[in-house]
Amino acid sequence: MSAPEMATTASQQIVLGRHDELKKRQRMVIDVDGVGIGIYFVGDEVRAYLNICPHMGGPVCQGKIMPRTLEQVADNGKSLGLGFSKEQLHIVCPWHGFEFDMLTGRHPIDPSVGLTPIPVQVTNGEVVVTVGGPRA
Amino acid sequence: MTENSIPNFREIGEITGSTDSRDVLAHATRQAARNFDDYLIVDVDAHVSEDHFWSEIIDLIDNDVLRQIGQHQVKGFGGQNALLNISPGLSLQSVGGRIGHQGRREPVTDDSVHRFISTARRSMDAMGLDYQVVFPSAMLLLGMHPQDEIEVALAKAFNRWMIERILPIDTRMKGLLYLPFNTPEACEELVAQYGATEGIIGFTVCSTRNKPVHHDCYMRLYSMIQELDKPLAFHSGYHWGDPSFAQLNRFLSMHALSFTHYNQIHLTNWIVNAMPERFPKLNMLWVESGLAWIPFLMQRLDHEVLMRPSEAPGLKRLPSEYMREMYYTSQPLERTNMKLLEATMEAMNAETQLLYSSDWPHWDWDSPATISSLPFLTEQAKRNILGLNAARLFKLDTTRRKPLAEDVLSSRPKTAS
Repeated sequence: MSAPEMATTASQQIVLGRHDELKKRQRMVIDVDGVGIGIYFVGDEVRAYLNICPHMGGPVCQGKIMPRTLEQVADNGKSLGLGFSKEQLHIVCPWHGFEFDMLTGRHPIDPSVGLTPIPVQVTNGEVVVTVGGPRA
Repeated sequence: MTENSIPNFREIGEITGSTDSRDVLAHATRQAARNFDDYLIVDVDAHVSEDHFWSEIIDLIDNDVLRQIGQHQVKGFGGQNALLNISPGLSLQSVGGRIGHQGRREPVTDDSVHRFISTARRSMDAMGLDYQVVFPSAMLLLGMHPQDEIEVALAKAFNRWMIERILPIDTRMKGLLYLPFNTPEACEELVAQYGATEGIIGFTVCSTRNKPVHHDCYMRLYSMIQELDKPLAFHSGYHWGDPSFAQLNRFLSMHALSFTHYNQIHLTNWIVNAMPERFPKLNMLWVESGLAWIPFLMQRLDHEVLMRPSEAPGLKRLPSEYMREMYYTSQPLERTNMKLLEATMEAMNAETQLLYSSDWPHWDWDSPATISSLPFLTEQAKRNILGLNAARLFKLDTTRRKPLAEDVLSSRPKTAS
């Protein structure tokens, strides 16, 4: 796996907007001085990740968002076919299809493969990301 | 939103199947700018999907009856798959649309050159490629077409389209002549007609077929190709109709096995029947099977040949020694275990025998960073694999052909990134 790249500089806080409004969008992707960041809204939770796939450096946050696909199996071991999770959403890299859980940033089969988290918080009702400085 | 108060902060959009290639590949351009902008890079296997232009190829079929059938199909149910034996319902490569560049259709407004050239140039510039060799995507399964005369007709039409309409426009694009291998006499005619053509740097057989490569019907063909001193490539593929593979219920399984299977069959026949001794100057190139199968087959064939030399009496060396003199393309490079990959590259003499390939715009494409980021390769090995080995094999001029990566980044449309 190639290491994600992001300049370590003095940290900068960026206010993105009101959480109540942004969370209706599920995702926004921003470019700050050449650093891409994806911000995800899951219920009242907020997550942010570097827009660089740990696989080959693709623009992972700019791909599709898909429900996790499940192998459905009956108690007797027989297949019930494939199904979509009603709870878990995946971030899909548009370059090669690597998938990551939206809340944990981890690959569903190999959790050692994950997105690089970016500090994000809701302060006084506004979504604030911190870029540069030490990584989360 | 407070974006107006933040300098250099902008929102960027989703990448889809209609996003400009330069935006889809912007991260690859940055990789080029940082790490290999001064390398010669030759992409030995790309697929600027000719299905977008299939009606142009149908119109070039020389047989009146087949051309009329094809033109009728283009207007109807067959559409851009006219006369082909691919199954659109089994085209699962994009993983349900998750990977948008498989089958991409991006807008092109510049009509000063063929649209094929415009889109190819975008991907070449964005990845930092000096040359790109184009393989025909939709024709990869033609070896399984039940009507041999259709393969011959489409091969003639495609080769003519490539030679007359595409290659003369941009010398960065090169072609391998498609050989309708199920009909050896037609292959010989095509080699005689086009083999010495500028821009045709070798010959390709689509591996997905059940024809033994050691059959005597091919010996004249191999002699002709050897005489031209251009390599013969076998490009692998898949086919759900092959009985063994019909057991596999997921495209993942099919893709993992079939793309190595067909080249293993052909390479095994090639060696066991002593073809390297019969055509010692014919350079063989094995395309799109990755690398993991190579040490497997080397060990397997060496083991068998040592026990049963009477069944491979034409050999003067171990199979692995012949295999180390053949050429291989890199994609899809298995990178999950660096120790195994390093051992594989050492076993196959990758420094001199491996050729970078992107397979763009297919779902499992590899950027040049797939090679440049390998921690165990020397810089010279990276330069060889990314371009110099191909330049030697195909006799390409090594003068820089591509624009500067920084210029590509600054001129891209930035519609999505």
